[in-house]
Amino acid sequence: MNTSAGDSKTDDNVISVRKLRVKYGDREVLHGISFDVHRSETLVILGGSGSGKSTLLRTMVGLERPSGGEIWLQGKDLCRISEAERDEIRRKIGMSFQGGALFGSMSVGENVALPLREHTELEESTIEIILRMKLEQVGLAGFENYMPSELSGGMKKRAAVARALAMDPEILFFDEPSAGLDPIIAAGIDNLILKLKKAFRMTIVVVTHELASAFLIADRMVLIDKGSIVAIGTGKELQASTHPRVRQFLDRVPEPEVSEELDYLQMLTEEYRQRDH
Amino acid sequence: MVELTVRIGRATLGGLAYLGGLAQLGTRAAYFTFVAPFRGRALRLERAVHQAMAVGVEALPILSLISFFIGLILALQGAYELRKFGAMHYVTSAVAVSMTRELGPLMTAIVVIGRSGSAFAAEIGTMKVTEEIDALETMALNPVQFLVTPKFLAMLTMLPCLTTWADLMGILGGSVFGVANAGFSFGGYIRSTLDALYLRDIYTGLIKSVMFGATITAVGCHEGFSTGAGAEEVGRSTTSAVVKSIFLVIAVDLVFTAIFYFLAPE
Repeated sequence: MNTSAGDSKTDDNVISVRKLRVKYGDREVLHGISFDVHRSETLVILGGSGSGKSTLLRTMVGLERPSGGEIWLQGKDLCRISEAERDEIRRKIGMSFQGGALFGSMSVGENVALPLREHTELEESTIEIILRMKLEQVGLAGFENYMPSELSGGMKKRAAVARALAMDPEILFFDEPSAGLDPIIAAGIDNLILKLKKAFRMTIVVVTHELASAFLIADRMVLIDKGSIVAIGTGKELQASTHPRVRQFLDRVPEPEVSEELDYLQMLTEEYRQRDH
Repeated sequence: MVELTVRIGRATLGGLAYLGGLAQLGTRAAYFTFVAPFRGRALRLERAVHQAMAVGVEALPILSLISFFIGLILALQGAYELRKFGAMHYVTSAVAVSMTRELGPLMTAIVVIGRSGSAFAAEIGTMKVTEEIDALETMALNPVQFLVTPKFLAMLTMLPCLTTWADLMGILGGSVFGVANAGFSFGGYIRSTLDALYLRDIYTGLIKSVMFGATITAVGCHEGFSTGAGAEEVGRSTTSAVVKSIFLVIAVDLVFTAIFYFLAPE
């Protein structure tokens, strides 16, 4: 298992993150993260709430500006390219957001067809066919004329995946694909991801805190805690780990409760004391 | 004392930074409206027409009513002073000039702020909260080009149209008083209005209304984009869009009125 920096940079790495740091104001949320995403693998970024995993994903697609480090995507450093170059890369990636982020003023069909209509010169009839194919792939055939507000949570996510797939991306990003869904619907989304992986050998990056889903879909996992990587490895390697934080996360052990009065005070005032330094 | 200076300085810098942000957004919207189409980036005419319907056509009933009332009020207030001098027939020019130069554009702007400026902030703010703006960016679609440009175009074309309509309705409102109380025939009132108006009165009003349109769009969209996380933030940015728009529209009004005053031939 590899707990320090990622692997060496090879051609097989679709994404290479190097010493990535991200700050919100004065607060640093990612403290120098390095790892690689290999071609055609499903990498799951695991972590608790507030661990910085969503920030990591947002930074990887260029929605947050890092304060330091590099993100190599398709041979280009995302942090040091022009807007036009970044848009070029973005046409080759797809992102499915936590709440779906479908455009409420457009029907499902218009949502999915939007990138095609904006970025390609395809005939309207061709777009219709692609649209039907993409909706078929996510199990939403026949829903093109529904408005997003008429869909259930799971269907919204499926529609969002269809939109992310519209441009036949090389990399697909998922932000919390099963958050807020009941176990059956969540399992359906997991199956969808597995199907995409099998059918298209797509590179997939998933951020989640759902352990069951992570172990089901992941080829490799990255466990993040408090803005740093605790462990990288396959599911088996993580299961075998003896690292206390890994064990705590995998065995679902709650944080110890603060019993001592003094500790509690210390916890409350920690922020202020840090600020004074 | 030092603290006061610091506070004033900070507020001033904050205000300037805000204006800078507005100017930046306005410039980018103007770029995508007027320059980018010539560089092969299609203008979103369909969306602009849709916006123009919402901003312009759907505002007509309420705007008509308001400017009709304003015209009538102007006539009443004007007549109150004018009758002391036995100059009731000047009511026509009082209504016509104040409507076309000032109150037509201003009342139109205020109606549009309430209907559309707030809607822009709410729409973009909600899209921000639901990550739709992020989704646009990850699809390599520029949010300013995609969302602001059609609104900008719609506002720049619809505000002068609405203002012209408001001018007309105001004069019509004035004529009600003129006919009922000042001894005019309807035809006579309109003829007298036409005599009193210069083309200058109308086009200075229209120039102002274009400026108001740009201001309202910039403020509404800027507030939308600076919405934080959470639904209550959308409400906050909507309110703030309305308050800031009204203030800035009046400030812009002052600047342009002063310019027109000092540039106007005697």
